[in-house]
Amino acid sequence: MVRYILKRFFMMILTIWIIATLTFVLMNAIPGSPFNEERTSNEAVQENLERHFNLDEPPIVQYFIYLKSIATLDFGPSIKKPNSTVNDLLGRGFPISAELGIIAILVALFSGIILGVLAALRHNGIIDYLAMTIAVLGISIPNFVLATLLIQQLAVNGGFFPVATWQSPMHMVLPTLALATGPMAIIARLTRSSMLEVLTQDYIKMARAKGLAPYKVVIKHALKNALMPVVTILGTLLAGILTGTFVIEKIFAIPGMGKYFVESINQRDYPVIMGTTVFYSAFLVFALFLVDIAYGLLDPRIKLHKEEGN
Amino acid sequence: MKKILEVNDLHITFSTYGGEIKAVRGVDFELHEGETLAIVGESGCGKSVTANSIMRLIPSPAGKIANGEIIFKGNDLAKESDKNMRKIRGVDISMIFQDPMTALNPTLTIGNQLTEGLRQHKNVSRKEAEQKALEMLDLVGIPNPEERLKQYPHQFSGGMRQRIVIAIALICEPDLLIADEPTTALDVTIQAQILELFETIQEETNVAIILITHDLGVVAKAADRIAVMYAGKIIESGTKYEVFYEPQHPYTQGLLNSIPRLDQKGEKLEPIDGTPPDLFSPPVGCPFTARCPHAMFVCEKVYPLRHEPSETHYADCWLYDERVHTPNLMNKKEETT
Repeated sequence: MVRYILKRFFMMILTIWIIATLTFVLMNAIPGSPFNEERTSNEAVQENLERHFNLDEPPIVQYFIYLKSIATLDFGPSIKKPNSTVNDLLGRGFPISAELGIIAILVALFSGIILGVLAALRHNGIIDYLAMTIAVLGISIPNFVLATLLIQQLAVNGGFFPVATWQSPMHMVLPTLALATGPMAIIARLTRSSMLEVLTQDYIKMARAKGLAPYKVVIKHALKNALMPVVTILGTLLAGILTGTFVIEKIFAIPGMGKYFVESINQRDYPVIMGTTVFYSAFLVFALFLVDIAYGLLDPRIKLHKEEGN
Repeated sequence: MKKILEVNDLHITFSTYGGEIKAVRGVDFELHEGETLAIVGESGCGKSVTANSIMRLIPSPAGKIANGEIIFKGNDLAKESDKNMRKIRGVDISMIFQDPMTALNPTLTIGNQLTEGLRQHKNVSRKEAEQKALEMLDLVGIPNPEERLKQYPHQFSGGMRQRIVIAIALICEPDLLIADEPTTALDVTIQAQILELFETIQEETNVAIILITHDLGVVAKAADRIAVMYAGKIIESGTKYEVFYEPQHPYTQGLLNSIPRLDQKGEKLEPIDGTPPDLFSPPVGCPFTARCPHAMFVCEKVYPLRHEPSETHYADCWLYDERVHTPNLMNKKEETT
């Protein structure tokens, strides 16, 4: 197990390095520089600024300076926000983004699984059709459309929830709903089809032949097996939720990481681009690692490491 | 011997888009303590459906018991509530499935699957349940039971898994064990071991067994009595010796002629031509008429009266009726058409 984790850790570092390199190349391929738009500055000032941020060095030297900053986890000061470092921005934005993301994924998981199981148990019944209608709607409506719709109906017209920002639990309802509906729909559909398949298995009949209570047959015997495909796509869903937070944060004016990420690209704020990208990818890679561990816990047939003596 | 199960005039139908399938069309049999009844027949003749209906495990709402009674220890299971059925399943009646590779849940340990039935029905502690599980594994011949309890199904071979399935079925000490093709998915040497295991268990626990199979070799080894099913009906029933040595129904005779024998070398096997009738609209007369070498006019028109050569033996066939010897009825079908 330790060996497996070490191996995975090494792979994670490698992945992050590749992402960082690609980001650096792309970042330098975009024309323009952080100081292009400022009309007032004369050439001497611009040169001074470039020197200050090491932008006068050849790209290869800049690249190593960036790698060093990643390795030391100190991404330096922001170019466009002179009073704060990249680490400050991440420290401020991440907790909020994480809160939004985690609440959304939990809501998506629980409601999706419950909806899927109910639909499978009442196959071709009213609940099934209702759940699948919700699921199809959830999959087909983009989250930014849903978000604006929710604001319009429930916040502006209805007045049940605040329109934007991130302060109290009431503020969290609409962004979470907008972000979680898509993944929830995917999870619900997947759980349903996988439950339907598992429910026809012999071991379910055997569990019923033992005289077990129906809820035990469903939860202990069926659900555990039916969740395997859900766990498999959890990684992809996490990535989806992550990118979803950019849009949702923008719409609801939530001061999370997504806002800085989008802004930094528009403004060519190189250290912030670098910092947020590396941070996001590290987070995602780690989440995928956790998903793999969960996979092994759910299904004993999947061995994460070679058993000794086998 | 105490009678524990009596099935009377059981009818089971399945509703499908194409219409109603009459899978079981009036089956009667009974079973005593410590006895093994083999229900034999080809695929689709209704033998598994009959067995599943005793447990009330036919897939609903498509399948239902349309008529008849299943009297188990004085109660009619056909009319029992779902809640009461759950108290009977696993405790009084247990079931063994065909394929041990799929009958065990791959994500739960053997110990868990063994003890959960016991913990559900009997008020036992975890420790007592585990103790009982160890005894059961020992009974079905699994070495190192302590270690094995913590393992998962994929760590066992096919034969071992079937032993575990049997252990699970027997852990609550049922009075009736329904084995639905318990040896079909196993290779021949393991088959023999499993059948011997049945014998040992029956001697020790006096459990009654319904053995569903299409393998006459298995029947010859394990059964006391045999019921031969065809197109949803039992067309012949008797003790093992009666059915094997004095088969009355042409279908039974055909079945016995279609298996290879060690003592008759070089003879060609005789297959039964044709296929069983469509159960959407089963024939009114004897369902075997279309394939029967002795078919007569009357066979097609009227279901045969019961012919009983002994107290324990019967066959539904017109051949043995005195009246068919009158000239106009005796004419073979093909001669007149």
